[in-house]
Amino acid sequence: MSIDLSQFIPSFLEESFEGLELMESSLLNLEQGDDETINSIFRAAHSIKGGAGTFGFDNVTEFTHLVETLLDEMRDGRREIVQGDVEILLESVDCMRLLIESIQNDTDCDDEKIAITSSLLTQTLDGSVSTPVLDDATDNYSSTVKQNNTSITWVIEFIPEHHLVQTGNDPLFLFNALAELGSVEIEANSAELPSLNDMDPEELYLRWKITLVADTTEDDIKEIFEWVEDECELTISQELAGQSSEPESVKSEPELSVTEQNISAQQTEPSPAVSEEIKPAPSEEAVPAKPNKPVSPVASKPVKSKTDVGSIRVGVDKVDNLINLMGELVITQSMLSELGNDFDLSKVERLNTGLEQLLQNTKELQESVMRIRMLPISFAFNRFPRLIHDLSKKTGKQIELVLKGEQTELDKTVMEQIGDPLVHLVRNAVDHGIEPTETRIANGKPEQGVITLDAYHQGGSIVIEINDDGGGINRNAVFEKAVEKGVVEANSSLTDSQVFDLIFEPGFSTAKELSDISGRGVGMDVVKKNIQALGGRIQVESVEGQGSSFKVNLPLTLAILDGQLVRVGTEIYIIPLITIVESLQTQKNLINRVSGDMVLYRLREDNVPVLPIYQLFNLASDTTQVEDSLLVVVEADGQKVGLMVDDLLAQQQVVIKSLNDNYQQVEGISGATILGDGSVAMILDIPGIINIAQNSSRSNQYASANPEEVLP
Amino acid sequence: MDIQSLAAEIPVEGEYSLEGIDFITSGEQYLTFLLGSEQYAVNILCVEEIRSWENPTKIPNAPDDVKGVINMRGVIVPIIDLRLKFNIGNAVYSDITVVVVLKVELEGGTKTMGFIVDAVSDVLNAEEGEIKNSPAFGGSVPQHYIDGLVNVGNNVVTILNVEALQVIQPHSK
Repeated sequence: MSIDLSQFIPSFLEESFEGLELMESSLLNLEQGDDETINSIFRAAHSIKGGAGTFGFDNVTEFTHLVETLLDEMRDGRREIVQGDVEILLESVDCMRLLIESIQNDTDCDDEKIAITSSLLTQTLDGSVSTPVLDDATDNYSSTVKQNNTSITWVIEFIPEHHLVQTGNDPLFLFNALAELGSVEIEANSAELPSLNDMDPEELYLRWKITLVADTTEDDIKEIFEWVEDECELTISQELAGQSSEPESVKSEPELSVTEQNISAQQTEPSPAVSEEIKPAPSEEAVPAKPNKPVSPVASKPVKSKTDVGSIRVGVDKVDNLINLMGELVITQSMLSELGNDFDLSKVERLNTGLEQLLQNTKELQESVMRIRMLPISFAFNRFPRLIHDLSKKTGKQIELVLKGEQTELDKTVMEQIGDPLVHLVRNAVDHGIEPTETRIANGKPEQGVITLDAYHQGGSIVIEINDDGGGINRNAVFEKAVEKGVVEANSSLTDSQVFDLIFEPGFSTAKELSDISGRGVGMDVVKKNIQALGGRIQVESVEGQGSSFKVNLPLTLAILDGQLVRVGTEIYIIPLITIVESLQTQKNLINRVSGDMVLYRLREDNVPVLPIYQLFNLASDTTQVEDSLLVVVEADGQKVGLMVDDLLAQQQVVIKSLNDNYQQVEGISGATILGDGSVAMILDIPGIINIAQNSSRSNQYASANPEEVLP
Repeated sequence: MDIQSLAAEIPVEGEYSLEGIDFITSGEQYLTFLLGSEQYAVNILCVEEIRSWENPTKIPNAPDDVKGVINMRGVIVPIIDLRLKFNIGNAVYSDITVVVVLKVELEGGTKTMGFIVDAVSDVLNAEEGEIKNSPAFGGSVPQHYIDGLVNVGNNVVTILNVEALQVIQPHSK
């Protein structure tokens, strides 16, 4: 029976990426003698190799094999864990990721990098033979292993448990693999075979004694049986010239079982034992002969496939919660429909209760559904240990990274888009924030700089803080630079936070030298733009000599927004609640007309320009006079404007729908939503509206400026 | 039974009929509709549904022919008046005004849009050979919207290019 293995490839890819992430983070924490960590790295590599072998991704198998061999030497203590090797292993993880990505996207990958890394690996491995290992005991061990590399007769007793084949293992594959090592004689012992009536055809009753004559080590043999070592009794002993040595029984390692069981369950090949004995299935059956893709010599840039719809791993508790809520909703629904069967006025109260319950259910259901899209921020934070590791190597600064609040949950879409800005901020903190070691020592600070990433919820939003204990922002340098660039007047007095906000101006950099990490002045403005595009904002605090702190405020989700419904003429618009400063009825004495029919409204100390929506959007409205209208004062990009509307309606949460999907981006509109009555309402984009107003006033000015030029 | 005799039993395209109605035909099928007194057609596979007219929500500063958007089962669908777009007939809205919702796979994904027409008339079968090029000197309908012309009886039906219809001009500032 053969199974279409290709259906498992996506799972393999997903698990491989998880494995690679685990390898990467473990490698960064790897210390001498930390067996648990190195074992987990080894297991991850081994799983990837095994999976790749099953699916016939030979390049991954070959490459991972090298990595695994190196890891194995580290695991056995044959090799000291030195920084250089860890670097090579990190490189290898990158290469494995490239290889697996190339499988995922069905593209070619950067062969050159892989070739270099794999030759590095081979060199390191070869080096291990000649490099004397410090520890005497391990030296002895490795030499005995090497001495054994002459033709030896191995006697292997293999007593599988009855259910071995049910977990997808096939002894025949094991024997074939053994046969590749050398000449094999296999003797089956069928003593335990029950009579045909008592026999369960899916159980395995046989045991084998295998005599292998091969130039191999015990480890190589063990490796073949690695998949099944939890499910059999295995005794490997060697006969040197007829002299049998002490048999060494292999104890299964309990911590291996979980991961490996999972994987072996995947290569489901449930062939009944009996058929195994009678007609040996061809071994190629399990591995579909997948032709290796011809690799083009030109390293083409990998293109992300567009069909990637993405998937989310959702905790079972979240799904259970949803199902519970669903149940409650169904109960409420049936209650309501029963109530409606013969309705009279005496039941109004019950109807109200029912409707309230329905509201409650719907709200909870909505929250639960939104929670499914929420992922812990550790998904975004995970890449930073490696980034800091690489950057600190590059800059020669010693940096400790502290991650806090990794379990804080955030919408998946927001998470995907916040990654790059965060990387940029962290790079900046390393490059501009943390001072060189000498400076730190001179200033009496600890040698090691600290960068802290902290995430927490605050109100309806999530706050991500990037703190460093570096030199802080030089207020005067920023100010002088801003004056030099003509962004601010030399004599203007600005608060500290206003000065720090200047670093988000385009083309602004106070770094004296450019580096390849950051400092070209492109970036901080992009960071700010990206964060604003997500509906968030960024604040800087800094104390010179003590460090800087960047605070990123983000909405929890992009899909729902708290809105104020307003009416203009016959149309209903939604103003995002977060932008509203206040809503007010105009008072005649506070209205001023200035500089040619621009209307300003005095709001305490501020003069707020009034923008009539009916004019901007070309609508018919009830009121065209500012004097007796309602103003909704909103703020965007530090600019306050008063939007003139006919009526204020309800406040409610609205689900944002894109206009872009079927239409196109509309200026002044950020999206649409569907109201309770099924009609569509537009959501106003406040920065966009300010933009429209500015453009139209500019064209008016142009029109009025031109005739003056013509006049003598 | 040998392969030749089996092959002979396979009916030729267009031979199926049930009570006189052809239901597998060669060529493509088109939905025809009226704009003023002229007949137009679109490929029937693009037609998502035919709706009656409902007042859409206006899009600020949109071109005249874009009447607004409606909620079609949770999807925001823009409504475009083909009579205004092509400058044919009178754009009046009554209970019998019809919206043909078309869905097309474009490069950036599928787009769904509603088009207001005066009336939906028929389904037309046309083979490729029957579709003739339209003369280069046209009326008010720009050439790139037209895939060809088909003669039906004494009338001429204009087959519209659905992909071209889905492209919207950016709003004038």
